[in-house]
This record gives sequence, structure tokens and C-alpha cells, in this order.
Amino acid sequence: MTPFLTSDRWYDIRDLGNLSSAILEALDKVLPFEVVYILAAVIGFVASFLLFVLPSQLFVGVYGERRLIGRMQSRLGPNRVGPFGLLQPIADAIKLIQKEALTPTQADRAVMYVAPILFVMPAVLLWAVIPFGEHMVIADIPVSLMYFLAVSSLPVIATFMAGWSANNKYSLFGAMRIVSMVISYESPLVLTLLGAVVLTGTISLSGMVAWADEFNIWVVFVQPLALVIYFICVSAELNRTPVDIAEAESEIVAGYLTEYSGMKWGLFYGMDIGYALAASGFITTVFLGGWTFFGLEAWIPGWLIFIAKTYLIYFLFIWTRGTLPRLRADQLMAFAWKFLLPLGVFNLLIVSTERMLWFEQDYAKGLVYVFAAVNIALSAVLVYVWARFNGYRPERTPTRPRLVKQAGGYIPVGERS
Amino acid sequence: MSGVIKSEPFVINIGPQHPSTHGVFRIKATVDGEKVIDAEMVMGYLHRSMEKLAEERTYTQNIPFTDRTDYLSSMSNNLGYCLAVEKLAGIEVPPRGNAIRVIMAELQRLASHCMAVGAFANDTGAWQTPVMWAFREREKILDIFEVTSGARLTCNYMRIGGVAFDLRPEFEPMVRRVLRDFPPFIDEMEGLLSGNEIFIARTKGVGVLTPEMATNASLSGPMLRGSGIAWDIRKADPYCGYEQYDFDIPIGYNGDSYDRFIVRLEEMRQSVRIIQQALDGLPGGPFRTEVPLALRPPKGEAYARIESPRGELGYYLVSDEGPSPYRFHIRPPSFINLSALKEMTVGGTVADAIVVLGSIDIVVGEIDR
Repeated sequence: MTPFLTSDRWYDIRDLGNLSSAILEALDKVLPFEVVYILAAVIGFVASFLLFVLPSQLFVGVYGERRLIGRMQSRLGPNRVGPFGLLQPIADAIKLIQKEALTPTQADRAVMYVAPILFVMPAVLLWAVIPFGEHMVIADIPVSLMYFLAVSSLPVIATFMAGWSANNKYSLFGAMRIVSMVISYESPLVLTLLGAVVLTGTISLSGMVAWADEFNIWVVFVQPLALVIYFICVSAELNRTPVDIAEAESEIVAGYLTEYSGMKWGLFYGMDIGYALAASGFITTVFLGGWTFFGLEAWIPGWLIFIAKTYLIYFLFIWTRGTLPRLRADQLMAFAWKFLLPLGVFNLLIVSTERMLWFEQDYAKGLVYVFAAVNIALSAVLVYVWARFNGYRPERTPTRPRLVKQAGGYIPVGERS
Repeated sequence: MSGVIKSEPFVINIGPQHPSTHGVFRIKATVDGEKVIDAEMVMGYLHRSMEKLAEERTYTQNIPFTDRTDYLSSMSNNLGYCLAVEKLAGIEVPPRGNAIRVIMAELQRLASHCMAVGAFANDTGAWQTPVMWAFREREKILDIFEVTSGARLTCNYMRIGGVAFDLRPEFEPMVRRVLRDFPPFIDEMEGLLSGNEIFIARTKGVGVLTPEMATNASLSGPMLRGSGIAWDIRKADPYCGYEQYDFDIPIGYNGDSYDRFIVRLEEMRQSVRIIQQALDGLPGGPFRTEVPLALRPPKGEAYARIESPRGELGYYLVSDEGPSPYRFHIRPPSFINLSALKEMTVGGTVADAIVVLGSIDIVVGEIDR
């Protein structure tokens, strides 16, 4: 079983894959293959989910988000439980578990019970294909990008089940909204990723990181528009605030979560953060070069670089949540179909042309930097031109009202007083 | 596939327990999908029979009642009621009393508009940030009220013939600090929301109120001014010496929710100007005329109106020479402003209805009384 073994220096923490390989190598000598095969998955699950995702969810997702948003809102945020309030998520979890999970009498009990569980499962599965380091990926399948897209679309079914089963009009509103939104946003999302795929010529996430490493440039520099579109689309899919119409608190109470309480609600809440983290990890891998950092990964463990980048992207999610108002459902749909989808098509067109040119030049290394410069300029122009074409004029909306000295009747716009 | 999918409108109750109804108020909305095709207001959940109760109490005892109608602007309510009693009994207020009243009423406008602007931004979905910023500033004003009157929310500070207590020495530096902090805060709010593309998309053209609709529904305050009608009781029928102060009436362009929002922001700027002038020219002398506790005004009736943060707040009193009013009636601006809600919401989506309701800036305590 040599493929497991990548380095005999198991203590080299720059790549934790060495350690697990060493363990599996040793076990392989005494145990049958099937057992080792399952153990490999268990080690991967423990390492990625229990050691990274769950703590991140608790301490970056719940605690960090509440704390940062607190700062943005000129308040302190949680600071009572444990040092700096760090144990707040755990206290919350204990409270949620103690609480009674109510089910309305008119609800579809079975579906309502299953929905949170269905919602959690894909969040765990998503991390299987994300490479934390060179050998630190649980399942390095050749079509991992497709796998990620497929699995990340699953929770929508769970949210629809949640909204439908509760037999509440607000829940139904939320469920309908999320389904229509995901249908709209899935297409530009996939189209933009196609741009990255065409550029790198691979559909495997590890391959994309290797591409970034080889050409010493991240995909985001060559595909800036793709990242912007993908970020907006993924925010919409994940119900993050500027586009969280499915659980719009001020409109439809809590959307599909209205009738949930206790830990059932907690699972939805916690896994929302889990999906945002997974999306951050995915953006890091596809667009930001994953665990590479222009050669720095030889000195700093690659997985640390990956985690830092993931948290940075996650910070963007927190930031938008703290500052932006919410769009209306129909505006959101119009935005997806009128702006994001055509821009995605244009982006794909441009990158395909470039790929063709590049192929004719035998993949010259310097050319990709030219593409990057061209694409950054082209993206800005494209966004502007398409917005103008769509009838959007950056009109000077008056942000100050008119001022009059005397009380009187109606003063038409344009008339001086 | 033989038939088409059948759909029918259904009724959805927005409220009485809903995050965005600003109290226990209910819109019975008939919706067709997301579209509102009919809206009915249901109110009365907070009815406390204040107008009837007031007929059993003396004129001075009624002042705390007025605190509890519009609990976000108790100073303005006190003022309106005291003005009505003074008009009924023919009592003059000394200049210092009037200046203090103006300062307090304008501070109350700042505090109330903070709440209105913050809650409105919350209704558009800006998750808590604007409302927390607004509350940070509102706190400072409530501190001033606490120092002056002993209470933060239900101040009960105005008295018939003046105000309850003279200003404390801490008062002026505190107000100066608020005056210093407020213009940057309003600019901050403007920077966060007024030019925000999403905010504009959500509020512009939503809940449009034409000038005809606004006047027909007898609206007042920022609702009326947002529709482009220059009307302000402080200018049109000055009280408490408002004619000495230099300030402008902000008016909107199209009468949509966005205009009502920017009008409120600008009104805060004008309030800062008024407080500045009133504080600089604060006269000395008595702050109150002595009025008998068991006041028995002569037979007659009086109606006094002020520009409260929500619009024209009127108090109608009838005296039969007894120690308590024969009839006590409030013209609540929130209630009358709400009468245009149906026209503004029908045809929009559920999300728009919430924005429109937020832009009216209702206080349910005042609607139900």
C-alpha cells in the first residue's frame, strides 16, 4: 500500500497527510485492507470535521460572527461566558438542547422531523473533497467540483421540506422563495465556475490548486468577474443577509424556520454557518489558490494558509451581513437573470477565447499574466456596459430633501421656493 | 396535462406578533403569491381608554397619561396637552419656560426620529446595524431627559404654565455634546443608507403617496412633507415661540418611502439648528407661572396642536368649570397617518408592505390610546 505513504517524516506538520499516512501504513501491516480503508475515512472525518469544521463553526461562525457584528453595531457582543465570552456557543448549544422542540399539531410530523437531519448531512459531506494541503484531502476524486456543486444543492430540499411541513404560511413563503431563488441562482453559479474550469483545464479541486501553484497565479486574478458573481450567487443560495429572503426576519418572521424550536432550530442555524464555511473553503480552493501562497507553503503549513484564507472569505460574509439591507424577492430574481447570467456567459466566452489563444502558444507561462491584466480591465468595462445596456443609469439620486422656508401648499418638483 | 394549476389568494396575518409591526398591530393582508391584493388594518390591542379615564382626573393629573400615548415622544405629548390647557385657562408661559419646552421638544424629535430611521432601516433588512447606531445616539438624549426630569421614557416634565423643574447645571454641557455628536451621526447614517443601491431599490417608488392622497387622508408630519407639501405646524401656527428660530422645512420629491426617510434625516439636522439657537439665547427668569393645583378653567373648549415627531398632534379639551376636563380628545398623528396604509400597500409585495409600514413610523400606544 505505498500510495498512502508520501513521506517517511511523519512528524513534518507542514503536511498532516504524512501523519495519517504513517498511521495507516502501520495499520495496513496488521489489519485487512477493508478495515484500513474505513479507518482512513474515519481519520479524515475526525481531522476535517471534528477538528476543523465544528470548532470553526462554533468559534468563528457563532462566536466570531456575533462578536464582529457586535463591533460593527457599536456594542460588545457575547463577552460573559468563559474568557472573552468564548464559551458562548457551547452555552447556547446546551440551552438549545434543553429546550423543548415544539411541533405544531397541524404539521406533517415526519417530514418536519427529518428536515433538520437532511439539512446537516450535506454540510458534513462537503468537506470530503476540499484539499487542506497537498495530501490532505479525504477523497481526491477527479470530479470533485461537480461533487461539491451537487452536494451543496441538497440542503434546498431540506429547507423546502421544513417550510412545507410546518403548515405555516410564513414557512411556506420562505420555502417557496428559497426554491425559486435557487433555481435562478444555480445557473449563473455553475456558469461562472465553468470559467474557472475552462481556464485551469481540470474539474478536480486539487488540480485547480496545482494549476495555481504551477503558474504562480491565483484564478481570481484571471477570473475576477467569476469570483464576484460566484460570491453573490453563493450568498443567495446560503441565505446570507443581503439576499436572505427565505428567512427574512422583518418580512416573513423567520421563513422556513418559523415553527422550529430547540435543537432542531439549532441544527439549521449551525449548519447555515457550516455551509457558509464550506463555501468559503470552496472559494479559497477554486479562486484563491487553496493551500498555496506563492511559495510560502514550503515554510508555513499549507493547511494554515488554507484556514486563514477561508476565514478571510468568511469575514466577507459577516461583513455583508452587518451592513447591507435586503433585496426584494423579485428584484433578486431579476438581478440573477438580467445581470449575473449574461455576465457569466460573457465571462465564459472571454475565458474560452483566451484558453484557445493560450493553447496555440503552447501554454506559455507569461501569457497568463497578460490575460489577468486584460481580464481585470475587461470585467470592469463589461459590468459597466452591460448595466448601461440593461437600462441602468447611475442617476444622481437626491439624498437630501428640498428645503423651504415658509409653510404652504404643494410644491412641485423643479419649482424653486 | 389537462388543466392549469389552480391558485387562489389567501389571507396572511402580519401581526399582532410580528417582528416588524412595531407593537401589537395587525395587517390582515390578502395575498396572491407575494402580491398584496387587499389589506385591512386591525387595531385596538393596546386600547387603554385614556380619553375616558382622563375625564375623571384633574388637569394636572392628566399629564402622565399623555406620556403613555406616544411613548417614544413623551415630551411632545406633554407639551401638546399643556398648551391646550393653557389655551383653555388663558395662562401665559414665561420666556424661559418656552425656551426649555422648545429644547425638550426638539431633543425628543431627535430621539424619536432616531428610532424611526433605525427601525425603518431594520424593516428594509439592514440587520440591526442602523438601529443600533441610532440607539447609541438616542441614549445620550435619554440621559439628558433623565438628568432633567428623572425619567428616560415617560418624562412627565411639562407642567401647566411651564415646566416641572428648572434645568440642572449639567444640562447645558450634555446638550452641547449631543449637538456636537449629532451632525456626524446623521452623515454616517446617510453614508450607510441614503446612497446605498439596495436601500434605494427597496424604498424608491414603494408606497407612493401623491399630494392629493396625502391631503385627502389628512396626513401630517414627515408623511405629508415627503409628498412635497410644505406644511409644518411650527411654521404655520407657531407655538412656544418657534417663530423666533431660523429653520427650514424639508420636503420630498415623489412621496415614496425613500423621501420620507430622507425628510426625517433632514428634520434631525433642522432640530439640531433649533436647539442650538434656543440654547444660545436661553433667557433667565422664572421657568413656570404658578398655577393652582386644582385648576378650574372657565367654561369653553380649546384645541391646541403641535408638530410632534409624527405629525400634527392635537389635544381637544372641553371644560365645564369642573376640576377635570368634560371631554378630552387626542388627535393622534400615527393613527391618521395610518389611514393611507391600504392605498400604499395594495399592489405591492409583502416585503413592500413591511417597508411602507416602517416608513409611516407608527407608535401603537398612540393609535389605540
